[in-house]
Amino acid sequence: MAQTIAKNLPTVETDTKYDVELHNVFKVYNGETAVRGIDLGIRQGEFFSILGPSGCGKTTTLRLIAGFEEPSAGEVLVRGKSMVGVPPYRRPVNTVFQSYALFGHLTVWDNIAFGLRIKQKSKSDIQRLVGEALHLVKMDSFARRYPAQLSGGQQQRIALARALVNQPTVVLLDEPLGALDLKLRKEMQVELSTLHKELGVTFVMVTHDQEEALSLSDRIAVMNEGRVEQIGTPSEIYDFPKTPFVADFIGETNLFEGYVESVDAGLMKVTTQQGLSILVKPTAACNGSTSDPVVVSVRPEKIQVTLDAPGSRINCFEGRLIHTMFLGTHVHYVVQLLSGDRVTVMQPSHVNGSVSAEAPLYIHWAATDGLPLFTQPPSH
Amino acid sequence: MATSAPLPPVPGAHSSTDTVAAKLKRKLVSLIQPTVLLGPAGIWLFLLLVVPTLMILELSLIPGFRPGEPAGAYGLGNYTKIFELIDGQPIYLWVIARSVLFSVGSMLICLFLGFPVAYWIAIMAPKRWQNLLLVSFVLPLWTSSLLRSYAWITILRPTGVLNSLLGVFNLPPVDILNTQTAVMIGLAYNYLPYMVLILYSSLEKLDQRLLEAASDLGATPQQGFWKVTVPQTLPGIAAGCLLVFITNLGDFVVPELLGGASSMTMARLVYNQFLGATRNWGFGSGLSMVLILGVSIAIALLLKYGDQKAEDF
Repeated sequence: MAQTIAKNLPTVETDTKYDVELHNVFKVYNGETAVRGIDLGIRQGEFFSILGPSGCGKTTTLRLIAGFEEPSAGEVLVRGKSMVGVPPYRRPVNTVFQSYALFGHLTVWDNIAFGLRIKQKSKSDIQRLVGEALHLVKMDSFARRYPAQLSGGQQQRIALARALVNQPTVVLLDEPLGALDLKLRKEMQVELSTLHKELGVTFVMVTHDQEEALSLSDRIAVMNEGRVEQIGTPSEIYDFPKTPFVADFIGETNLFEGYVESVDAGLMKVTTQQGLSILVKPTAACNGSTSDPVVVSVRPEKIQVTLDAPGSRINCFEGRLIHTMFLGTHVHYVVQLLSGDRVTVMQPSHVNGSVSAEAPLYIHWAATDGLPLFTQPPSH
Repeated sequence: MATSAPLPPVPGAHSSTDTVAAKLKRKLVSLIQPTVLLGPAGIWLFLLLVVPTLMILELSLIPGFRPGEPAGAYGLGNYTKIFELIDGQPIYLWVIARSVLFSVGSMLICLFLGFPVAYWIAIMAPKRWQNLLLVSFVLPLWTSSLLRSYAWITILRPTGVLNSLLGVFNLPPVDILNTQTAVMIGLAYNYLPYMVLILYSSLEKLDQRLLEAASDLGATPQQGFWKVTVPQTLPGIAAGCLLVFITNLGDFVVPELLGGASSMTMARLVYNQFLGATRNWGFGSGLSMVLILGVSIAIALLLKYGDQKAEDF
């Protein structure tokens, strides 16, 4: 089966600039579909993140690449080679597990040497490579310890070294920093990024932490309910989300659901369910025609707050302040519009010092600050 | 105690006498609690284990003591008798060696039969069947070991079930009742459930992600088994082996019923000294002390090995 699929594939399709490719991959567990038709191409040497809420299928996707799961349909390729029927121990990938999965009966040194010994490398090679790997993760002096004698952050480093020492084509990281506290996580993020740049090896990281994904990745795939919603660079994902889910999941946003009233002079007029009339610039992806259902996404930091009624500004709505949260550099306002919509606004904390709950206020944003999105993700 | 009169405690206004009284009271409670909790069982153990053991120890130091005869002077004669040669053979040492051999043999049989079963129940069998499977394995323990040994007699005797079965397949009959083989079979049968239970609890705790990690690092399932499963469950294997070894060493019923004359073990020898024709209670006590010592060493090993491993994980 494996060979027939591999043979029947035209060579053109297996583009070697990709380290990992997923072609229309499905995974069904006991009748439940965890992954529904994923297409991914992970480029050589990039730091690729798979981001999504829990249960979105991101870990399953990683396990499909590692070989712990076989796709129910579709195909996984590593460096252009089909991985169908190839067990994990014959795949050129190594995993950093969420729980680290270090061998408690072995010392740090023996943990790192595990893969090299299986591959029957020479004693001197093992000595050198393990030493280098320990040095790489700054754990030189811990070689003789047992995993139970290390802190979480130290175990994390050993798990990294144990994967990297095998010089895999692709390193898979399953929520690698999930178990660490905030400060340590920040430190390890910097180190992961440095390691990736130094080694130039392809990293595929699964995470539910959008900040982690945004700050570390070259590209991100946002997953939801077993599907990839969008693939792009962090700024593409943040600035130009393609679906309401992505807009909502990455960062904070205000979503106004409605339909297109008219398209005129390069501006789309959207009437929301609450009766607001919003002007927004159509995009290449969403240049809907009249009566198409759309969602307009407006980031909190794009919205301005004023106390005096502005004259004839567009996208200007009256409301009342119902909640203020001071966040140091920024202030977070929740404004209830006359229409009933609740809008989140983020302002630098030095402006609008006098905003109070008593007086009515006005929010407004430019037509280019909103982003129209189709309600349904574009079908494959 | 007058200062500890039952005044209601005033928050934030403890006098120094109050704290002293409270301390005394706490100390008293901490002394009484263990006494109350451990007392009944402690008295039981003291009267029926510690005192008799000390009596045996004393008897063992009176060479050749027999009931109804005046006790001789203290000496180590009972212990040196173990090394005695009869017809040029150290027959008592042979008895000890045979006991150890039976225990080790049955222990190995239990390990090699028990590990695959425990592995299958713990790792491969569906979760909801695990308890039922375990119970069915432990079921034989609910009948007395005497009955189980009699059952083995009916299986192993020359006209027994085993030879009838062999006859069906036109195979020559075997005569293993009253041999050392029969003893080892009987011992292994009796203690296999314990081995399976201990190995199961160890294998059941095995983190399956470690096997995934091994596989990820290039280990085939076989390599994963030898490099991860076995070392990870080594404390359980050691515990199971030592427990079976210890209980085998003192087993009396199985060698007595299945072993015949060729299978004299320490337990049988002790029995003979006390209740048999020789009535040499002194020597019997000496042998008992050696047996107790051997078992104690095994238990010490078990505790030490277990603890050491616990630190590592």
